[in-house]
Amino acid sequence: MPADGGPGRRGEGDRQIGDPFAPAPLVFVEKVRGALRLAALDRAAHRAGLAPGLTLADARARLPGLAVLDHDPAADAAFLGEVADDCDRWTPLVALDAPEGAPDGLILDITGCAHLFGGEAALRARLLAHLERHGLGALAVIAGTPDAARALARSGRGGVVPPGGEAAAVAGLPVARLGVSAETVTGLSRAGLKTIGDLAARPATPLAARFGVELLVRLDRTLGREDVRLVPRRPLPACIAERRFAEPIARTADIEATLALLVDDLALMLEARGEGGRAFEACFFRTDGAVRRLRVETARPLRDGVALARLWRERIETLADPLDPGFGFDLVRLGVLRSEPLTPAQVSLDGRAVEEEEVAALVDRLAVRLGRERVLRFLQRDTHDPDRASALVPAGAAVPSAAPAGSAAEALARPLTLFDPPQPVEALAEVPDGPPLRFRWRRVVHEVARAEGPERLAPEWWRRPEETPTRDYYRVENREGRRFWLFRAGLYEREPGAPRWFLHGLFP
Amino acid sequence: MDPIRDVAALRQMLAGLEAARLPGVEPSFSLGAAGPAAGGVCLARGALHEVQAACSADLPAAAGFALALALRALQTADAGERRPLLWVRQDLAEAEFGRLDAPGIAALGLDPARLLVVRARDGAEVLRAAGDAVRCAGLGALLIETWGTPKALDLTATRRLALRAASSGVTSFLLHMAAQAAPTAVATRWRVAPAASAPLEGDAPGAPSFHATLLRHRGGAGGVRPVEGGDWKLEWDHEACTFRDLDPLPRAVVPVPAGRPDGAGAQEARRGEVVALRRAG
Repeated sequence: MPADGGPGRRGEGDRQIGDPFAPAPLVFVEKVRGALRLAALDRAAHRAGLAPGLTLADARARLPGLAVLDHDPAADAAFLGEVADDCDRWTPLVALDAPEGAPDGLILDITGCAHLFGGEAALRARLLAHLERHGLGALAVIAGTPDAARALARSGRGGVVPPGGEAAAVAGLPVARLGVSAETVTGLSRAGLKTIGDLAARPATPLAARFGVELLVRLDRTLGREDVRLVPRRPLPACIAERRFAEPIARTADIEATLALLVDDLALMLEARGEGGRAFEACFFRTDGAVRRLRVETARPLRDGVALARLWRERIETLADPLDPGFGFDLVRLGVLRSEPLTPAQVSLDGRAVEEEEVAALVDRLAVRLGRERVLRFLQRDTHDPDRASALVPAGAAVPSAAPAGSAAEALARPLTLFDPPQPVEALAEVPDGPPLRFRWRRVVHEVARAEGPERLAPEWWRRPEETPTRDYYRVENREGRRFWLFRAGLYEREPGAPRWFLHGLFP
Repeated sequence: MDPIRDVAALRQMLAGLEAARLPGVEPSFSLGAAGPAAGGVCLARGALHEVQAACSADLPAAAGFALALALRALQTADAGERRPLLWVRQDLAEAEFGRLDAPGIAALGLDPARLLVVRARDGAEVLRAAGDAVRCAGLGALLIETWGTPKALDLTATRRLALRAASSGVTSFLLHMAAQAAPTAVATRWRVAPAASAPLEGDAPGAPSFHATLLRHRGGAGGVRPVEGGDWKLEWDHEACTFRDLDPLPRAVVPVPAGRPDGAGAQEARRGEVVALRRAG
């Protein structure tokens, strides 16, 4: 059952206007069509009779002592995101509610979760108390469909709608709460249909003919006749294990022990599904509402409790900014974000599978400690463009690419290391296409003893940007025996601009 | 408990017991078809070897030499043909000499799909990653490339690496510059500089060539006396996967396929035999 809550602003309290020490009523203004208008206001300002949309000048005329701040929708959205993260503790299905463009509410799908907190009413009470503790005022409604809950919450109601009671609960609400366009609302009120109850009593066909099917869909959803699925903010984990603590935990040893327990729970679940996890996420819910998320990705499907626990220990040890427990974590959750089928490995006598397993475990550990982008393997592409012929990609993600056809046989003379981008050098060479006789790289002059070239290499014509100079490559060896891969960008007299020389790679 | 782990442990134990006796797995590898002096050098498998670049500009040559040694170690190893190599590189080495390139690795004779590259931020991180990797018996060989000589790379650290390499059987190569020579516990220590290659037709640069000095050789594994101080010019033949003595004179290069039977050589040997002839009449 979805619940809808509209959190207020942090720090907003119940202030009395008559109190001389109370802070002034606070409003947030934004510029709309050349005039500063109120975008949001606190409770005190609301009580004084101000409303969003009023110009600042009018508001000042009514309340001269008004405190004014600029409206910052991005900060609002970010804060709502933090609240939504914290609401993950009630259910993994949390969606942002944005009926008028900018999100200003949250919808939680609590189907199957309510019994964990002692029923729907108890869950609602705990949720409100939790938000209250963090200085948030909120309205929460639990109803059978998201639309019914939203319509009730935005009308200022609260409470739990009993199953099947949506139609009765929303009957008295104005039609504007259906979330249909302004013209439809105007049309309906001209026809004398002021409340949702009026609409529900009407036959559907004439309404659809006059106002479109959209109205009927909205009506059905609000009356609880049709249910819709939420689009959660975060991907749903395949399976979840969690531990709640009446006494929050803060020590690293406790956190690691908790993770080890959770990993064992997950291993059992994954085994029952015949799967192994490729990506895991741990969420640490702090008592003050902040949520820290950590991810671990593995190179192969994994459900071995010992290996997983070791990966998590490694991950926590090597955090750049350590887990800040604040006043402690009261909920730790471990979820499998991505899983793949995993059949138990056959132990063969040659131990081949064991060796592969060992290497994959090593890759995982190094990737967790150093970061995925630091444990790499080659991705080869079938192209002559040296810049694109190979790339280093994370070892966990890539499947070993098939080598380009015939590469083993030809094994071109190519440098062991490539500079990216190529390094400019000053070179002396025969015009127009002789190999360099002498070049200066990093303030050292190299006399060329032997050279081979030119070898003209270019990207495929469809990849080649316009006006790129032609590259002629030379393999040269200097008098000391060091070998270099140089190229001349540009042709004498046939391409505009003077040709320039670059060093692209070094041979062993 | 876990059959996979038990069998792995058992295999490791057996390998440790039988490494010296199994006919398939030789405990050492040589430089290949190099001449008599260099050819006699036997390097221990499952040990730590050190390759120093004579100066910082020679690091690419030293890297090539270390990779070639690793290929030698893999080529004759049991099932080594399929095991991956791990190359731990420090970021500074990459900034100075560019990133590793797959065609260049293929040109030295290693299938790039078998190479895993680990980038580490500093010397301590290189050593930590190497310490983990050297214990993984599934690896064929391990290359540890540091920029300069990090403080953490001392006798204790190298001794630890060497012991772990001995127990897991992963042949490891420590690659760095010879700027500050620190005492290290290694089986062999090479100093490598590039050598002028034997030119190909048209005076083109030839195969990768090295000027290798064997500074230290512990024990001289395989019953061969230590050949410390040896100083050779070698070139790497990626097709046959072997080192050869560098021939400084130009010669026509006919690529010889790796698997050709050695028939021509046998006939030549017969040409010199004395054949008894009977005078007619």
